[in-house]
Amino acid sequence: MKTIVSLDVNGTPCEALADTRDTLLDFLRGPLGLTGTKEGCGNGNCGACTVLVDGEPVCACIVLAAEASGASVTTIEGIADGNMLHHVQTCLIEAGGTQCGFCTPGIIVSAVALLRRNADPDDAEIRHAIAGNLCRCTGYGKIVTAIRTAAARLSTEPRL
Amino acid sequence: MQPFAYLKPARTEDAVAALVAGDARVLAGGTDLLPQLREGRRATTAVIDLKALPELNGVARDADGGWRIGAATTVGALGRDAAFAAEHGALLAAARLIGSLQIQNRASLGGNLCNGAPSADAVPLLICLNAAAELMGPMGRRHVPVETIVTGPGKTALAPTDLLIALHLPPRPLRSAAAYLRFTPRREMDIAIAGAGVAMTLTADGTITSARIALASVAPVPLLAPTAAAALVGKPPSRSLFTAAADAAAATARPISDARASADYRRHLVAVLTRRALEACATDLGLSLA
Repeated sequence: MKTIVSLDVNGTPCEALADTRDTLLDFLRGPLGLTGTKEGCGNGNCGACTVLVDGEPVCACIVLAAEASGASVTTIEGIADGNMLHHVQTCLIEAGGTQCGFCTPGIIVSAVALLRRNADPDDAEIRHAIAGNLCRCTGYGKIVTAIRTAAARLSTEPRL
Repeated sequence: MQPFAYLKPARTEDAVAALVAGDARVLAGGTDLLPQLREGRRATTAVIDLKALPELNGVARDADGGWRIGAATTVGALGRDAAFAAEHGALLAAARLIGSLQIQNRASLGGNLCNGAPSADAVPLLICLNAAAELMGPMGRRHVPVETIVTGPGKTALAPTDLLIALHLPPRPLRSAAAYLRFTPRREMDIAIAGAGVAMTLTADGTITSARIALASVAPVPLLAPTAAAALVGKPPSRSLFTAAADAAAATARPISDARASADYRRHLVAVLTRRALEACATDLGLSLA
């Protein structure tokens, strides 16, 4: 069964036909062609598909596209300001907080959501914020360092 | 996944009518339902999204001074209500053990209850706090104690045409405290091997006047432990009293052995977690235990 899904993605109004069974992840990657958001587990455990829905991080793989109709969605494509990377992205590069890169879009979205609600998180708060984002490469240490560094950089050079 | 219709009714009556009309599943946060549908563990011809129903979304004071939690209210939204968080910090902390932040931004207490998992982290304290479930079916509304809802793993007492509308918490008594503790091999993103929720109320002279203990993951349902709670009532809190109640809770548990833990280990955990939860309540009440 088909349904019209109409939502705001990264500040742009989008409308497309979707199957009622399509997830928000299917909708972003398919009709909208936004393939930065990844599918890992497909059941809400790994966080690779993390996007912001009305400002809150959620797993796009377990949200129906139809449910997201009317929402404002931010994907990894909406985090950088044109060619200017967000501090979280720059700091992940500098710290080596990414290896295979599959979890990275979700990690960045979760980290940006954290820094928007808590400008000065401690390491425990950082680890809690990304607990729903599995990374099988890095061991998390460099990711935590990158997010901590990004928080410090945001305090002197605000972005987003 | 078999095709299904997506319905998003704006009136509670229409949601119940859709349940009456036939094979349908209600969708609150979808954090359990969507993996079940995607993995073929459940099938349905219609999904009824509850998020446009005003009375199922939001937390508010009840007329009696307690709280009314709309069944589809997300854990995230619950935590943003400062007055609720101040009064029911223990329940909120338990709800914040469910999955990750991503999950909590979708998941609801109604879903945590109706998914029917014995391990559901928010359910033991709902039971301990004497929450009532407001149900609506074709014959009207009724309130039932929360502990009567789950009847087995993945099974509830709800008829296929019943909709959980809200959870009602009675007014919190003076000199009361609650705590839920669980054990998981990992700190986050894990399912309780065992969990223990407790709530207790003291008289002005420091005697325990009422107590409730409910356990997670050690029976086919979230398990009320009345014998353990009764051991506390009428007595002043003490370490030996808490140990006796914790041992009674362990004796009430009916755990199984599986890939995650043995029955003996789970029973041992029940005693430890119950005692520590009771001690946390005592600390919260400003007591120093003898």
